[in-house]
Amino acid sequence: MTLLTEEQTMISDMAKGFAMKELRPNAARWDKEGNLDRSKLEALGELGFGGIYTTEEHGGSGLTRLDAALIFEQLSRGDISHAAFLSIHNMATWMIDSFAHDQLRAKYVPRLTATELIASYCLTEPGAGSDAASLKTTAKLEGDEYVLNGAKVFISGAGFSDVYVVMARTDDGGAKGVSTFIVDKDAPGLSFGKHEDKMGWRAQPTAMVNFDDCRIPATNRVGDEGHGFKFAMAGLDGGRLNIAACALGGAQDALDRAFAYVQERQQFGRAIIEFQATQFKLADMETELAAARALLYEAATKLDKKTPDATKFCAMAKRFVTDTSSKVANDALQLHGGYGYLGDYEVERIVRDLRVHQILEGTNEIMRVIVAREMMKGQV
Amino acid sequence: MKVLVPVKRVIDYNVKVRVKSDQSGVDLANVKMSMNPFDEISVEEAVRLKEKGAVEEIVVVSIGPQQAQETLRTALAMGADRGILIKTDDNVEPLAVAKILEKVIGEESPELVILGKQAIDDDSNQTGQMLAALLDWPQGTFASEVILEDGKINVTREIDGGLQTLSLQTPAIVTTDLRLNEPRYASLPNIMKAKKKPIDEKSPGDYGVDTAARLSVVKVTEPPVREAGEKVEDVSELVTKLKAKGAI
Ligand SMILES: Cc1cc2nc3c(=O)[nH]c(=O)nc-3n(C[C@H](O)[C@H](O)[C@H](O)COP(=O)(O)OP(=O)(O)OC[C@H]3O[C@@H](n4cnc5c(N)ncnc54)[C@H](O)[C@@H]3O)c2cc1C
Repeated sequence: MTLLTEEQTMISDMAKGFAMKELRPNAARWDKEGNLDRSKLEALGELGFGGIYTTEEHGGSGLTRLDAALIFEQLSRGDISHAAFLSIHNMATWMIDSFAHDQLRAKYVPRLTATELIASYCLTEPGAGSDAASLKTTAKLEGDEYVLNGAKVFISGAGFSDVYVVMARTDDGGAKGVSTFIVDKDAPGLSFGKHEDKMGWRAQPTAMVNFDDCRIPATNRVGDEGHGFKFAMAGLDGGRLNIAACALGGAQDALDRAFAYVQERQQFGRAIIEFQATQFKLADMETELAAARALLYEAATKLDKKTPDATKFCAMAKRFVTDTSSKVANDALQLHGGYGYLGDYEVERIVRDLRVHQILEGTNEIMRVIVAREMMKGQV
Repeated sequence: MKVLVPVKRVIDYNVKVRVKSDQSGVDLANVKMSMNPFDEISVEEAVRLKEKGAVEEIVVVSIGPQQAQETLRTALAMGADRGILIKTDDNVEPLAVAKILEKVIGEESPELVILGKQAIDDDSNQTGQMLAALLDWPQGTFASEVILEDGKINVTREIDGGLQTLSLQTPAIVTTDLRLNEPRYASLPNIMKAKKKPIDEKSPGDYGVDTAARLSVVKVTEPPVREAGEKVEDVSELVTKLKAKGAI
């Protein structure tokens, strides 16, 4: 592992301690019941995890992207679903803190960093997935209010969260016509669809968010009109690292479980770890996760230093780490034989949870689009 | 009131301990180390007393290698105010630890010293008691509750057969048991603040204490591997088997 500073080691140890004690023993139950545990999110907020890389002015922890990656990696060893949900909250909180005017920041950020309020990120629409800039939800200024019309789909935390960071169109003209807004859960004209029946991330709700003449104060616009798409993409650079870190932690948990299992399971008169095929598989899994981790930390460090190739590295890390993590988790399932297919052993949950990391916050194909585009720009 | 909390860096409680092949001790190379869990409980108790307003300053002290500084930082992140690192690469036995602490106490004049009842590496369970004897201070060991009241320290102790409550005059020594409290996680802001809290560096020589070993370890061995059990169908089969083995 990269040599960490003393503080980074402490931070990572603390996150791991919380994950092992407060999250991991409950992960299977949350998956079954389809519940986010608000009390755990509150406890995480008290520890400073509500705004990890948000500035300290309004209660953020003011840490780096690398610190955040270390934290999400460890939290996800306890429960992928809660860790990833918290990562989206962190991304939305950071966007408000970074781009909203001071009054709006002062109103929302202190309660968001404390996880008194939970935020969702609303970009995807039924007709605008990978091509997010083609979004159609509109926001029209009427007096001192914006009136929103349209629908968002696949919104993590829809109906659960208190605050929705919404990308909507204030003007025609593709990406440049998009603005960002904060919509409170109780805004008139806001409603939520039914919870989607999903493969993984079952502890958290995913649903449509509908805007029918939804009225919000004009002061709830984040930054200037027309800058919204830029904000949304800036959020995603860090968001992708978090999603990758969560995948890595989940895969590590799967490997830990498999490593313990193969030492116990006896076949042909010996523990299955005695077979060299098992040892080679474990060695590959360990190596692949180490390589993924190295790329993730490198990308996070580049984003912290705002290097010109940071966006490319974030996309490369998101693609490589999430693909590798899914592969390793699937290998961990294989090492469990038939038991891996059973809920009790929890590896199948990890495989299910990790699948979406290859799809959301930009599919892994879109990551390749970004990497190739940056290469062609000369940022090699 | 000022409280002193000694903390020890030990092998992490999650680590599967391996004995060195020459039986001279356990293998510490590449092994995760952490604060002794009983000492975490001591730090937590001191921080709670401070939060209640009964304590003004918490000083943590560790005797060990340079890396024991990390253990002190953890205590500072939990809420202690400053640290003293007494640097040595030797294995310091409980009596020598108690003698060094006696000198530290002479300089710092705390009214309360909270120690873990034992460290999970050697399980000696001696330092607190030896320290109380050296100082001729009252001691409340194996505390499951500590209450400060009218200049007295009321300590509920876990003893065979139940609980005993002692009332100690200050200054006093308290050693902590597992059920005293549940240590907090240090928050991210407190971890960052801990970086700025002072840690003094000293050596055992500064206190004029000879830490040379008085005991020699003959050998360290792994506990015998637990043998597989035998399953029985019912009680009568169990009784028959036990009789056959001469157990009853
Ligand atoms: C559980 C879950 C939670 C989510 N949470 C959120 C959320 O909180 N907020 C939010 O805004 N969104 C969220 N999303 C949405 C997610 O970001 C989108 O699903 C994703 O961006 C892909 O969009 P799409 O589903 O419309 O797929 P499409 O864009 O229709 O893609 C379909 C396929 O075509 C490929 N493809 C598309 N364009 C190209 C191209 N140019 N080159 C090569 N291949 C291409 C894709 O890679 C994919 O394989 C969530 C999704 C899921 C499943």
